[in-house]
Amino acid sequence: MATNRGFARPYWVAIRYMIVATVVLGIAYPVAILGIGQLALPAQANGSIVTVDGAPVGSSLIGQSFTDADGAALPEWFQSRPSAAGYDGAASVGSNYGSENPDFIAEIEARKAAIAESDGVAEGDIPVDALTTSGSGLDPHISPEYAYEQVSRIADARGLDEASVRQLVDAFVQGRDLGYLGEPTVNVLQLNVALSQLVR
Amino acid sequence: MEAWLLIAQLATLAIILAVIYRPLGDYIAYTFTSSKDLKVERGLYRVVGVDPTREQTWGAYLRGVLAFSLIGVLFVYALQRLQEVLPYSLGLPAVPEGLSFNTAVSFVTNTNWQSYSPEVTMGYTVQIAGLAVQNFVSAGVGIAVAVALIRGFSRRSTGTLGNFWVDLTRATFRILLPLAVITSIVLIAGGVIQNFSGFTEVTTLTGGTATVPGGPVASQEAIKLLGTNGGGFFNVNSAHPFENPTPWTNLFEIVLMLAIPFSLPRAFGKMVGDNRQGYAILAAMGTLFVVSLAALTTFEIMGSGTGTQLAGGAMEGKEQRFGIAASTLFATTSTITSTGAVNSMHDSFTSLGGMMTLFNMMLGEIAPGGVGSGLYGMLIIAIITVFIAGLLVGRTPEYLGKKLGPREIKLASLYILTTPTIVLVGTALSFAIPAIREDVEGTSIWNPGLHGFTEVLYAFTSASNNNGSAFAGITANTPWFNTALGVAMLLGRFIPIVFVLALAGSLAAQGKVPVTAGTLPTHRPQFVGLLVGVVLIVVALTYFPVLALGPLAEGLQ
Repeated sequence: MATNRGFARPYWVAIRYMIVATVVLGIAYPVAILGIGQLALPAQANGSIVTVDGAPVGSSLIGQSFTDADGAALPEWFQSRPSAAGYDGAASVGSNYGSENPDFIAEIEARKAAIAESDGVAEGDIPVDALTTSGSGLDPHISPEYAYEQVSRIADARGLDEASVRQLVDAFVQGRDLGYLGEPTVNVLQLNVALSQLVR
Repeated sequence: MEAWLLIAQLATLAIILAVIYRPLGDYIAYTFTSSKDLKVERGLYRVVGVDPTREQTWGAYLRGVLAFSLIGVLFVYALQRLQEVLPYSLGLPAVPEGLSFNTAVSFVTNTNWQSYSPEVTMGYTVQIAGLAVQNFVSAGVGIAVAVALIRGFSRRSTGTLGNFWVDLTRATFRILLPLAVITSIVLIAGGVIQNFSGFTEVTTLTGGTATVPGGPVASQEAIKLLGTNGGGFFNVNSAHPFENPTPWTNLFEIVLMLAIPFSLPRAFGKMVGDNRQGYAILAAMGTLFVVSLAALTTFEIMGSGTGTQLAGGAMEGKEQRFGIAASTLFATTSTITSTGAVNSMHDSFTSLGGMMTLFNMMLGEIAPGGVGSGLYGMLIIAIITVFIAGLLVGRTPEYLGKKLGPREIKLASLYILTTPTIVLVGTALSFAIPAIREDVEGTSIWNPGLHGFTEVLYAFTSASNNNGSAFAGITANTPWFNTALGVAMLLGRFIPIVFVLALAGSLAAQGKVPVTAGTLPTHRPQFVGLLVGVVLIVVALTYFPVLALGPLAEGLQ
């Protein structure tokens, strides 16, 4: 009998331990962080929401597509990178294409042709981020090069002069963190919000 | 340019880790040598029915580890199966049996392989009360086992290694929880969300709709990295802007993954009474890390491969805010620890770049490896190294004053053989059994050709080494992969732990051999060089053929 109890003992301890751990680590801890986040850093904790005239238009951290209902790019908006998730915030995903995958190669070629036509640039001048999908499928940024590359199309579509659109991009270029971490970026949603106000 | 960015980043990282090495390592050592229990700990021990003063033999210690892990699997399994009736489940149904098994095993074994897409599978309650709890305690188990092995070296002529429940408690509540609280607040400041809002629809500038996800992400993110777990709150893990919003949070997350594994050698040195031993282990870990990082970054900057060249660079699957240098540093960190988090899609890396992430795991995740598991893995290699050096000069090998006799060498060798066996057998079976092969090739593999083979090899390497990252194009939510990877994770976690604890027991039982002129010094650069050499030779001999079938062949085409 004594040996039976000895064998079962760690399991009873484990069950009781798991209950305590679940209460402390699984409930008290995240709820405490929730409280701190909501009180001290509510804007970030709630998703860095961007508003226009008081109405939310998205999160500055979650990329969006600027397309019509059929998914065709709208020439009057800065376009985000291609996305394997179609910028569905409920289904983040990357393409996971290997470099030799024929589908991948075909998609790069199709994007090259489409952008060369819509933006009036040589295929060789299109920045790499304009041709490749991001890891998350929700990348909120494009490179400054891709933003500048779109200036003339946007100026054309909106009847603005290129210089003022270019100036707008200048203001939204974000350098590397600390000067050397990551890459320079332009936040597409924030840029487009400013663009829409420029028109008004 | 990329190279300089990488060097500046790496230098920053090295300085931060150097600054915390001593205080954190000393604190860890103090945590496991102090005889005092905190008041709340005494309360906990009373509630769960543990006598904290009671020392355990290696067998009793192991039974504690196994019992706790089994109960953990049952808890996480039950929570997933009951999801439909749990609060804050976002209307998601119960998780199917096979996937629940795989996921429960995955989080209990500190692997955090995810056969599922969290957004559409796991509600908030399963995430925080099931998965995140294991993020803490599975890491705590890893640290406890490493501490037991250190005690094997530091103790003399005793049958006991400490008390598992006490070690688990101290690792979890004195080390992991305080760090997680502080770092999750830092993450929120950087833009990581912490709410229970579910998915919010907004009307966009173009008149369409966009979905903004919610969730208690920051609390999960901090322990996911600190515990080298790696299971993402979202499908794309740390590539998701709500898990990793900026380049500085990216570096911060890398620090979190490395902080404890790189500080454990200090705790080890301190506990065996010779800090130089800790520095030697640290030097071997650091060398492997830097060399591997340099190789991966070089391959990604070179950007070879048809599609990559056509696009003009290796940016497929990488975020603009991170670019190449911040992606390769994260990928190296994640695969060379046992984390398995990703901030870019490894499946889309160049062939040779992807091979480096595989190679990091094949090293056995010892440079610096997972919390606890990295240190015990490296100490096993150190034992093998001392043995080989002993053979060269014809002396009985000794390490840290302990004789390494046939029993010790057998246990260390079995440890080294376990994981590769699981990896290679699992991969081979996926292609050798016709019915399974058809399913693997028809359903699971995403990229055609050699790359598809690498996806399967990666899955078994990741599961068996308890990493959890993936060549994520693979569809692993199938009966074969849910079962086979689940078994691989279990065997890859607990068989090595059996050997480690048995070894710790037999070392603790020995007295101390005095150091003589003939003793191999294990704190000098010569030993560090030998250690690194043994790691590379063992890995190369074991895995070269299988690498040649996949990424090497693809990369050299």
